[in-house]
Amino acid sequence: MSEKATGGDFVVFDHVQKSYDGETLVVKDLNLSIGKGEFLTMLGPSGSGKTTCLMMLAGFETATHGDILLDGKPINNISPHKRGIGMVFQNYALFPHMTIAENLSFPLEVRKMGKSEREEKVARALGMVQMERFGGRRPAQLSGGQQQRVALARALVFEPDLVLMDEPLGALDKQLREHMQFEIKHIADNLGITVVYVTHDQTEALTMSDRVAVFEDGRIQQLAPPDELYEKPCNSFVAQFIGENNTLQGEVKEIKDGLAVVKLDDGSLIDAMPVNVDKAGERTQLSIRPERVEFNMERLNPGAHTLQAEVLEFIYMGDIFRTRLRVAGNDSFIVKTRNAPDQVRLEPGQTVEIGWQAEDCRALDA
Amino acid sequence: MSDVTETIPQDSPEQGRKKSDGKIRAADGTSLKRSLNRALRRQKLRALILIAPLLIFVLVTFIAPIADMLFRSVENQIVAQTLPRTTDALADWEAASGQAPGAPVYKALYEDIFIAQERKLHTRLGSRLNYELTGASSLFRKSGRGVGDMGEVYQDQFEDFDDFWKMGENWNAFLGSDEWLAEIQAWDKASGDDQPAFEMRDGMEELFPQTAAKYEIFADFVQYEDEDNLYKEDPWALIYSSFYDDLTGPTATQIAAYDGPAAAQIKAATAAAADFETVDYAAAFADVDKDWAETPIWETIQTYSGPFTNGYFLNAVDMQKSPDGAELRPENQRVYGTLFLRTLFMSLMITGSCILLGYPVAWLLANLPARTANLLMILVLLPFWTSLLVRTSAWKVMLQQQGVINDTLVWLGIVDNFNRLALINNQTGTIIAMTHILLPFMILPLYSVMATIPPAFLRAAKSLGATNWTAFWRVYFPQSVPGIGAGSILVFILSIGYYITPEIVGGTTGTFISNRIAYHISSSLNWGLAAALGAILLAVVLALYWAYDKIVGIDNVKLGG
Repeated sequence: MSEKATGGDFVVFDHVQKSYDGETLVVKDLNLSIGKGEFLTMLGPSGSGKTTCLMMLAGFETATHGDILLDGKPINNISPHKRGIGMVFQNYALFPHMTIAENLSFPLEVRKMGKSEREEKVARALGMVQMERFGGRRPAQLSGGQQQRVALARALVFEPDLVLMDEPLGALDKQLREHMQFEIKHIADNLGITVVYVTHDQTEALTMSDRVAVFEDGRIQQLAPPDELYEKPCNSFVAQFIGENNTLQGEVKEIKDGLAVVKLDDGSLIDAMPVNVDKAGERTQLSIRPERVEFNMERLNPGAHTLQAEVLEFIYMGDIFRTRLRVAGNDSFIVKTRNAPDQVRLEPGQTVEIGWQAEDCRALDA
Repeated sequence: MSDVTETIPQDSPEQGRKKSDGKIRAADGTSLKRSLNRALRRQKLRALILIAPLLIFVLVTFIAPIADMLFRSVENQIVAQTLPRTTDALADWEAASGQAPGAPVYKALYEDIFIAQERKLHTRLGSRLNYELTGASSLFRKSGRGVGDMGEVYQDQFEDFDDFWKMGENWNAFLGSDEWLAEIQAWDKASGDDQPAFEMRDGMEELFPQTAAKYEIFADFVQYEDEDNLYKEDPWALIYSSFYDDLTGPTATQIAAYDGPAAAQIKAATAAAADFETVDYAAAFADVDKDWAETPIWETIQTYSGPFTNGYFLNAVDMQKSPDGAELRPENQRVYGTLFLRTLFMSLMITGSCILLGYPVAWLLANLPARTANLLMILVLLPFWTSLLVRTSAWKVMLQQQGVINDTLVWLGIVDNFNRLALINNQTGTIIAMTHILLPFMILPLYSVMATIPPAFLRAAKSLGATNWTAFWRVYFPQSVPGIGAGSILVFILSIGYYITPEIVGGTTGTFISNRIAYHISSSLNWGLAAALGAILLAVVLALYWAYDKIVGIDNVKLGG
C-alpha cells in the first residue's frame, strides 16, 4: 500500500480552481498527484467540491484556472469522449433501452471494435462481476446491486487506465454496500487500474482507499492513508469528520518534550500531543477517540494526568459498550469498550477517573 | 416478540386461514375475496358517484349522439316507410329485363305517393333518392302534384253521378261504426275533449278492403296530423279510386248483397261504375315524367327498399351499387378516396414537421434551468390563450400573395415580385398553419418525457467514448421516442379531423375530409353520407392506433413521468 501511496504523477491537479458563478470558488487551489494504480478517495461533506473535481477530471466541467494532467498530458481541452476515462455514476446511468450486453458493448462499438472481439470482452467483463447470466436482461430487471456491478463492468470493459466513481454505492443498502466495497477494491487491485472514488461515507473511504483526500470548503484538508487519517488527523475538521471523536476545549499550558499539558476550561490538566499548537497560551481543541480512553489507571504512564468523569448513560451494543460521560463540562463524552469477559460495566451515576496516552490525544486548532 | 410468533398457526403461511376448498378465508370464515369486495364496495360507490355527473353528461351529449349519427350511415327506412306498397309490388320485378314494371306497381306507386304528398313526405324521399339518382328529387316533387289529378278522375265521376258521395258525413255514416258516429256527433271541439278516434263499421274491411284501408289512413291523418273534425271532412281523391277498385274488384258479388247504411247509393254506384272512365296509372305517371317509364328510378327504389343500406358507405369510398353488385364510380365522380388520402398524407406531413420543429424546442426546455424553461414554456403555451380562429386568420394575413411573408421575401429579393409564392388556399397553407397550431401538442409530451431523462445518461455515453452525436442518437433519442410517439398520436389524430383551419386557409386543394363531412351535414343535408364518412374516418384512426400499438407499443407512449 505504502509504495503506491507515495503518490506519483499519473493524474495531476495543478493549482486548479473552479467557479460556477464567477463570484465564489467551489474548488480553491487544488494540488493533487495520483499515482498509477492508486485507489484515491475524495471524501467530504456535500458542497465541499469533491464531485466538481471528479467532473473536471472526467471533462464534464472545465477548470476555471490551472491544469489537469493525465499521464503527463494536459487534458483541459480534450472533450470527455476522447479522454478514455471509465466512469461509474451515482445512479449507474445504465441505458434503459439496451440490454446489459448492449450496454457493455456500447463503449466498444463506438471504438469501432469487431463483433467477435466485442463479444469476448463483454463476456469477460460480465464474468469479472459475476453477471454472466444477465447479458440479455434490461437494467430495470436487475436489482440495485446487480445494476451496480453492471455499471462497474461497463466502466471497465474498454480497459481504461483510470476509472472515476461518483458515490457508486450510495443507493445500496448497508450490507450490500459493504460487500460491494470489497468487490470493487479487489477488482481494482487485480486490474491494476487507477481509481478516483468520490464518497461522503467515511467508512467506505477508510476501507477501500490507498489514500483519502478529505475535502472541505473547496480545499483538501488532509491527504493521507486511512490509518494515518484516523489516528493522526491534522486539524479539527478532519478529526470530527472521520470516525467518532471526543472533543475538549482548553488552553495550552506548556509544551515540553514533544508533549503538551493542556488546561481545560474547568481548570483540570491533561496531557496531549501538540499538532496545530506550538506555544503556551494558545487555545486548542483536544481530540480523543472513544476507544482510546482508559479508566484502568494501571495501564497509564506513571505521572500522567487524569480527569474526573461522571457516568451518564450505559449503552449495550453487543460487541461493544458505549458509555456516555460528563468530562470537564462536556456531556457527550463517549467511551467505547470491548465486550470482553473481564470488562467493567459502568453504572450511571458512578464517578470514575479517566485518562489516556498522551499521543492518543491530539491538540488541534481551536 | 416471541409471543407474537407463537400465535400464528404453524400450518398457515398466509395471513388468512385456508379451508379444505383451498380458498383463503378471512378471520370470520367468509371468503377473503368476498370480504375484500365488501370492503371496497363503499370506495367504488364513492368513485362512481364522483364521476357520475360527467359520465351522464358525456353519455347524453356525446356518446349517444355519435352512436345515433353513426347509425344514420346505414339507416334507410325512409324508402320502405314512404313507399310500402310500391316496394312490395316491386319485389318481383327484374331490373335486368329492361322493362318498366307492370301496372300493379304503378297503382301502388300512385297510392303511396298520394298518401306521401298529403303528409308532405314525398319531397323528403325525393331528396333521399336524389343522393343515389340525380333527378329523383324533382321527379317526386312533380309526381306529388300529378297524383292529385289521377285520383280526381274517379272522384269527379262519383260526385257527378251522385251528390251523396261529395259529403264527408255520408262517407262517415257509411264506413264509421254506430257508436263512433254517436260520439263524433256529440263531440264539440270547443270543449277541449279529444276527438273520438275513428272506428270502422264491422264487416267493412271484408267488403271494401281497399276503401277501408285507405279510409283508416285518411281518418288517422285528419284526426291526428291535421287535427280537424273528421266528421265534416271530405275524403281524399284516393278514397274514390279505392272505392272504385272495390266496387269493380273481387268483392263485387258480396257488395251486391250489402244492405247496411247507404246500400241504395252503393248499388246505384256499382251499376254506374261499370261505365266509368278508368285511369291507366302507368301512362299517367309517364305523362307526369317520362322517367317513370324508364328503369333507373325503379332500379334505385328497388335497390334502396331495405331498412338498411351500405349505399352511404359505398358512396363514401367512391363506389356505387349496380345490378352486378358494387362497382367503382366513373373516374370523374370519384371524390372521397382522394380526399381521404390527402387527409392522411397532410396529417403525416403536419406530424412530421411538428416533430422537426418541436424536438429541439422541447430539448431546450428540458435542459434549461427551471426559471428560463418556465418562461419559454409560457411562450409555447401562449397560442393556447388565443382563439383558434384568430390565429388561423392571422395566417391568412401572413401567407397571402400580398401578405407579410411574400412582401418580405420580395423585399429581400429572394422572390420575384411578379412570381410571388402561393402559400395559401392550397396544401402548403394548410400544412403551415396547422403545424403552427398543433405544435404545442407535440412539444408538451416531448418535454415531459425529456424532463425525466437524467443528464447522467448523456454524460455516461460520452465517458464511454461516444461523440456528442452518437451519445444523442444512441442513448438520448431512443429514450425520447415515447414522447415522440405520444406527440405524434396527439397531433396526427387532431389533424386528421381538423376542420376550421383547412376551411379557412385550405382553398380547394388543401381541404380535409372533415370539410366534406361538414358540407354534407350543413349544406347538402346528406347526413347518411356524412355519417358514413365519419365512421370511416373513425375506423381509419382506430386502425392506425392499432397499428401503432403493434409496431411501437402503446406502453411506449408517455405523456410524462
